Amino acid sequence: MNAQEIHAKLQAQFGDAVGGLSETKIDPFATVKSDKIVEICQFAKTAAGLEFDYCEDVTGIDWPARNLIEIVYHLFSLQHRHQIVLKVETDRAQPCVPSVQGVWKAANWLEREVYDMLGVDFVGHPDMRRILLPDDWIGHPLRKDYQEAGGYHGVTNTRPDPLVRLGHKVEEERKAIAAAAPPPVAAPAATTPSGGFGTDSPPHQPPRASHAPGATTATNPAPAPAAATAPAPDKKESPNG
Amino acid sequence: MAETVERRILGRMSPSDEEIVINFGPQHPSTHGVIDFVTQTNGEIIRRSIPDIGYLHRGLEKIGESVGYPGFMPFTDRLDYLAAMLANEGYAMAVERLLKIDIPPRAKYLRAIAGELCRISNHWVAVGTMASDIGASTPLTHALREREAINDLLEELCGARLTFNYARIGGVSFDAPEGWREKILRYLDHLESYIQEWDRLISLNQIYVKRLANVAVISRTQAIDYGLCGPNLRGSGISWDTRRDLPYGAYPDFQFEVPVGQGKMGAVGDCWDRYAVRVLEILESAKIVRQALARLPEGEIVAKVSRKPKPEPGEAMARVESARGEMCYYVVSDGSENAYRVRVRTGSFMAMGIIEEMSHGLMIADLIALIASLDVVAPEIDR
Repeated sequence: MNAQEIHAKLQAQFGDAVGGLSETKIDPFATVKSDKIVEICQFAKTAAGLEFDYCEDVTGIDWPARNLIEIVYHLFSLQHRHQIVLKVETDRAQPCVPSVQGVWKAANWLEREVYDMLGVDFVGHPDMRRILLPDDWIGHPLRKDYQEAGGYHGVTNTRPDPLVRLGHKVEEERKAIAAAAPPPVAAPAATTPSGGFGTDSPPHQPPRASHAPGATTATNPAPAPAAATAPAPDKKESPNG
Repeated sequence: MAETVERRILGRMSPSDEEIVINFGPQHPSTHGVIDFVTQTNGEIIRRSIPDIGYLHRGLEKIGESVGYPGFMPFTDRLDYLAAMLANEGYAMAVERLLKIDIPPRAKYLRAIAGELCRISNHWVAVGTMASDIGASTPLTHALREREAINDLLEELCGARLTFNYARIGGVSFDAPEGWREKILRYLDHLESYIQEWDRLISLNQIYVKRLANVAVISRTQAIDYGLCGPNLRGSGISWDTRRDLPYGAYPDFQFEVPVGQGKMGAVGDCWDRYAVRVLEILESAKIVRQALARLPEGEIVAKVSRKPKPEPGEAMARVESARGEMCYYVVSDGSENAYRVRVRTGSFMAMGIIEEMSHGLMIADLIALIASLDVVAPEIDR
């Protein structure tokens, strides 16, 4: 059966509880009355010729402009290879829809997800808990006006832009070098080689002379010039950033 | 930091004096990702096991509302990293339906070839890790070796080995490279003979069969009622394959069988059936790849689509037979360049829903067999 025939059959059974079929050319849908959804689904599952045995998807869409949340049911019949999309509208402030998990068990988890993401209460659902987010999460993320709460139990959900931080660091080190080095006299070799990125050779680490007896200060020239940059690195941060 | 959050899932547990509640997971190698099975057991016998999911939730559906239509494509890779080609394809198909565009035949064929290769590689991981979960460690190394060959082929195609980002809205991103066809055919020759070795190695191994036959039998009715799909649905004896029954892309052109569980080792719908369906599907996918390579049409690989497509307001659903069953993308447009809503219905999520019912009365070791046989992948559950 195509969508028109299925829709006609539902409308014949439930009258104006089943709204008109949308005129969209892609996937037409019918909006049905919220309090009839369980009956309609039960009928669609059992009526001869329809036999929608497979609840493919239950999901929701938030429409703040229309002040409602749409619950979308994608029903499918493996036997007849036909499908119908039903929608139920519910108020955004107090969203609640009867649960169809008694009709298809698949709806149990799908409805839990809608509850988790959009805050829709499915009346008659035996296990109305959050499913993906933690139990104490605040808000329902797929609402269009959802604001992140700014972290979860001390775990932040923001981080400073690493490039900005690197830029500041380079700037500070340049200033430190400029302040430490006596400007006019010939000391170019001491100030330039380490560049701006002082983190590569942390100055507080001694040269490994004790472990490598052959190493002399000539082969390991780092400490003396780096001492000039010593005050620069940020104490709060490890060399690895 | 050590705040305790009351877990409401524990309210579903009612252990008697002889029973305990254990967390099987979230960090456990046989849970196939970060999933917690809160399990109430009496010794080895499980009273109920309820999956606690969401550890890998990254809000991909929410991200889909802000990155533009083409921008969501790399995120689909992360939905199902073991079968990223198929996840790409599904999303591209949904947006193409919204935009009402048709894609060039060569792109359809390339998608089919890449998708089936990806399915083979996914099924290798599925059957390999299943064997390893059951306690046979050698087969996994063989399976990963086989998968590696496919990774090489797909890397040659699109430069990536895991997150391919290959499909584009309107086609695919790269054409088949020179000599690719011959390399695939060489691999398929090897694959088709290797499968027999694989069956001798593990599929028909007496210990393996005894661990899986008659374990966690999912009946036809249960499978449909819980919305199982793909190999899990077929394992219960239901001959349903989106590629054959609601054909899309290039699939109407191909001849292939749809393997279903037949209860060869026990009851229809037991763990062994779900396993066997996957092994047989590897061969069917190989058949499809051969046919597609033989008839690969010439021409464009991508249709002309705006860089920032703005579909008319409306909604479209696309179903694709992913490696874990029917993956449905439901995309709603409000006429702007960002999708209003992107919804992904995945096979793994549906498969997890049945575990609570199936777990009753299982041994703990059988729960592992059940999870392995459902072939779930955590990012696809949690999205």
